[in-house]
Amino acid sequence: MTVTLGTAVPVGPPPARTGSVHSWDVSTGVDGPGTRFVVFLAGCPLTCLYCHNPDTWRMLDGTRTGVDAVVAEATRHAAFIHAAGGGATLTGGEPLLQPAFCTALFERFKHQLGLHTALDTSGFLGARADDRLLADVDLVLLDIKSWDRDLYLRLTGQHLGPTLDFARRLADLGKEVWVRFVLVPGLTDGPANVEGVAQFAASLGNVSRVDVLPFHTLGAAKYRARGSRFPLEGTPSPSAEQLEAARSVFAGHGLLTV
Amino acid sequence: MTTEQSETTAGSSWAGFKGGLWRDAIDVRDFIQHNYTPYEGDGGFLTGPTERTTAVWKKITDRFPEERAKGVYDVAHDIPSTITAHAPGWIDRDRELVVGLQTDAPLKRAIMPNGGWRMVAGALETYGYPVSAELATVFTTYRKTHNAGVFDAYTPEILAARRAGIITGLPDAYGRGRIIGDYRRVALYGVDRLIAAKRAEKAELDAAPADPGRLEAVIRDREELAEQIRALQELKEMACAYGYDISGPARTGREAVQWLYFAYLAAVKEQNGAAMSLGRTSTFLDVYLQRDITEGRLTESGAQELVDDFVIKLRIVRFLRTPEYDQLFSGDPTWVTESIGGIGQDGRPLVTRTSFRYLQTLYNLGPAPEPNMTVFWSPRLPRGFKEFCAKASIDTSSIQYESDELMRPRFGDDTAIACCVSAMAVGRQMQFFGARVNLAKTLLYAVNGGRDEISGAQVGPDTGALTSDVLDYEEVLEKLDRQMDWLAETYVHALNVIHYMHDRYAYERLEMALHDRDVRRTMACGIAGLAVAADSLAAIRYARVTPVRDATGLATDYLIDGGFPAYGNNDDRADSIAVQLVERFMAKVRRHPTYRGAEHTQSVLTITSNVVYGKKTGNTPDGRRSGEPFSPGANPMNGRDRHGYVTSALSVAKLPYEHAQDGISLTNTVTPEALGRTPQERIANLAGVLDGFTAVGGFHMNVNVLDRVTLLDAMEHPEKYPQLTIRVSGYAVNFVRLTREQQLDVVNRTFHGSL
Repeated sequence: MTVTLGTAVPVGPPPARTGSVHSWDVSTGVDGPGTRFVVFLAGCPLTCLYCHNPDTWRMLDGTRTGVDAVVAEATRHAAFIHAAGGGATLTGGEPLLQPAFCTALFERFKHQLGLHTALDTSGFLGARADDRLLADVDLVLLDIKSWDRDLYLRLTGQHLGPTLDFARRLADLGKEVWVRFVLVPGLTDGPANVEGVAQFAASLGNVSRVDVLPFHTLGAAKYRARGSRFPLEGTPSPSAEQLEAARSVFAGHGLLTV
Repeated sequence: MTTEQSETTAGSSWAGFKGGLWRDAIDVRDFIQHNYTPYEGDGGFLTGPTERTTAVWKKITDRFPEERAKGVYDVAHDIPSTITAHAPGWIDRDRELVVGLQTDAPLKRAIMPNGGWRMVAGALETYGYPVSAELATVFTTYRKTHNAGVFDAYTPEILAARRAGIITGLPDAYGRGRIIGDYRRVALYGVDRLIAAKRAEKAELDAAPADPGRLEAVIRDREELAEQIRALQELKEMACAYGYDISGPARTGREAVQWLYFAYLAAVKEQNGAAMSLGRTSTFLDVYLQRDITEGRLTESGAQELVDDFVIKLRIVRFLRTPEYDQLFSGDPTWVTESIGGIGQDGRPLVTRTSFRYLQTLYNLGPAPEPNMTVFWSPRLPRGFKEFCAKASIDTSSIQYESDELMRPRFGDDTAIACCVSAMAVGRQMQFFGARVNLAKTLLYAVNGGRDEISGAQVGPDTGALTSDVLDYEEVLEKLDRQMDWLAETYVHALNVIHYMHDRYAYERLEMALHDRDVRRTMACGIAGLAVAADSLAAIRYARVTPVRDATGLATDYLIDGGFPAYGNNDDRADSIAVQLVERFMAKVRRHPTYRGAEHTQSVLTITSNVVYGKKTGNTPDGRRSGEPFSPGANPMNGRDRHGYVTSALSVAKLPYEHAQDGISLTNTVTPEALGRTPQERIANLAGVLDGFTAVGGFHMNVNVLDRVTLLDAMEHPEKYPQLTIRVSGYAVNFVRLTREQQLDVVNRTFHGSL
């Protein structure tokens, strides 16, 4: 698929009134701290081999939804979330494909509902997140899918550079970041690759936690449903030992790793 | 075994205890409030099982395989049980710290024919035990049973409603249960003092009432008090057979546990109640255990050992029931419910070290369904306790939670749960258990003008079958209202008959002896199939639903054209329908007078019989197929709640507790990964979820957290895990419906959050 990428402008577009939303749910402990209202935005510029949400790749697959409607849904959950501890997360897909929509949602989540906010992103479109957008983001969940540039291109169909630029910018802003790294046996688990991500993450100074996530094949059925083949069919999930080994690399750099 | 004497006066038994009111009147709450020591720390002080505990427990667990294989381990088939009918028995006489069994041997069940002879005879035949001809004669000729009395007074209409399964699970052939004696009174006061108090209560009624309308009530009260006094005397006698004199108050922690247990034991020797709940005992006992520890007579390990031994006894309470009964309740439950935690009226948490010790038995003895550990949750509970509860839930899936914030203002801070979700002030309140009606079927009656969709028989009133092609929401509602009018009237009438007869022929002498004379009574009605009924109405309103009728005009299936909002998505369009059903049925129930002037309440609870109710209900307009199970309790229908368990819980929390004061039940099953990535995070998050649910007015949550081992078991025995849910792609799927390959994938990995 092709996506036209705009260039970042110093002052972003006005907050959008609508965006393309795949779905929403409320989950605990998986998309940031605590219990969170999670919005899955539709559309992604990456085509990761291990993607388990191929149904969120195209913006056309989402439903055109007003900011007010999303905020109204979040409002219905706010009392629970305030008492439980948690917040709201924008994920996808790639939320930064719709930066103006993100800006509008974060602003209202944060200031109208008083919720802790998190942005779950690959960072590839980080340049689209202007300072106004980031001002209302408390935490960025940043997927660094690989340190090896060629592997990153093979894995995602795109380049690594923008993600690293975004990570450095977040560090300069002092924005809290959780790095997420998906461990795929035979693909991302090479010692140099893991070490590279760990070293980079540790160098930033604003990474408060690293999630090493095991690759899984639960998304395979979605590929079948779309009439396509799961690219990593047959690739095993990492063993507990493999996960532990990767986590210890991150921990070895002084990073809180789970 | 030593014979212990209790020659000391109350004065020395009560040495060190504060406060005065409880000394002059029977008032256990006042005693607790003056003497308990809140504990605000964590579980770090707890100790594991002693060798003795493990050895005693093993003697029991070694017998479980045989019990499971045979259905019952043994039955004392020729002795109708009373408080004193059975000779004493032991598990391991030299090592038990707390003694007493229902019969003369562990796991040997008693027969209790006062509830009904047929149930006893049927069970004995099923399990291959002789049915005594002499006893058959006694209980069919000379001594009338509750069951016989009820059927003498049932009306043809009640019988038809019962047969059709629109009113189900009625306690008309077995003990009603859901009455909690204040077993603590025996430990605090000793039996003699309680007898004296009952005599005084009786003496107040010696004068003939001036109001002729009160005549029967006063005579009944006097007879009941005489029976209560007799039961207390039998309780002393039973304890004496074990070598204990419990006429005076308990002097030590060990005696307090023993005295309290004897009182409970007498109740389960006398009554085969559907639910025989224990009350709220941990913080009461803590006062005694704490005094012993402070005075150097008891160690932490010794205190835990006493609790462990007590809990072993509670775990082996058994009743003889028929396989049909067990099918209805998916097993052999006794609901030895113990209520733990909560906050006092004065704002101090009612959490003590012994609250922790009770939960610790889930580790020391392993997870178990009984006693039914019930935590009274409040966001104001101490953090250490919240986290210990959450940890135990994650590790054992053995705890249920109920909102202390909803119960305390209505029932006070000495409230306990009977059965699953029925709150009552201990010793001051009891209920007339009323099982439930099938709302989903009632909706079908509305469409079919009172004809049963399965049998075709006219069961409800003939309100005229709907004949339109597409169902009209307003028209269905109007007919439903009339069917519900009939149902409420027939239902309350049936319950009045049942409880009149139960008081008459199977009165809970001992349990009521441990209540005040003038108790608050509730008539606990209930509804099942709420989610099916709500979704069906939502379908009729928001989609186009066309009935498929047979040759006789009976609608037996429904075609649904278009989508509709479902209960369980925090969507008011559907949730408000569920709320209205609850409010509407409660209002109708309230119109009918009750036996002994009981206050009307209702529950939204199915226990586990949602499967059986589903079997008896035809196709419904929400697309559910005939015979398919209902969701349990107030749960949304599985798979229709598409935004996760929190959103689903928010829908349930909208059901108004004030119109369902007998409880609203929600069961959640999550994997550990759905609570977070690290053990500590999961604990904090689960505690947060419970805070959130309580904050939005949720009442009850069963929390199942299932690990890898459980998932493997679920693959082999899917029938045991109908609700096991995992998150996939922003919604939840039913684990047992995944392919084997997908299941293995889940088992073999750690979840990656939102898939």
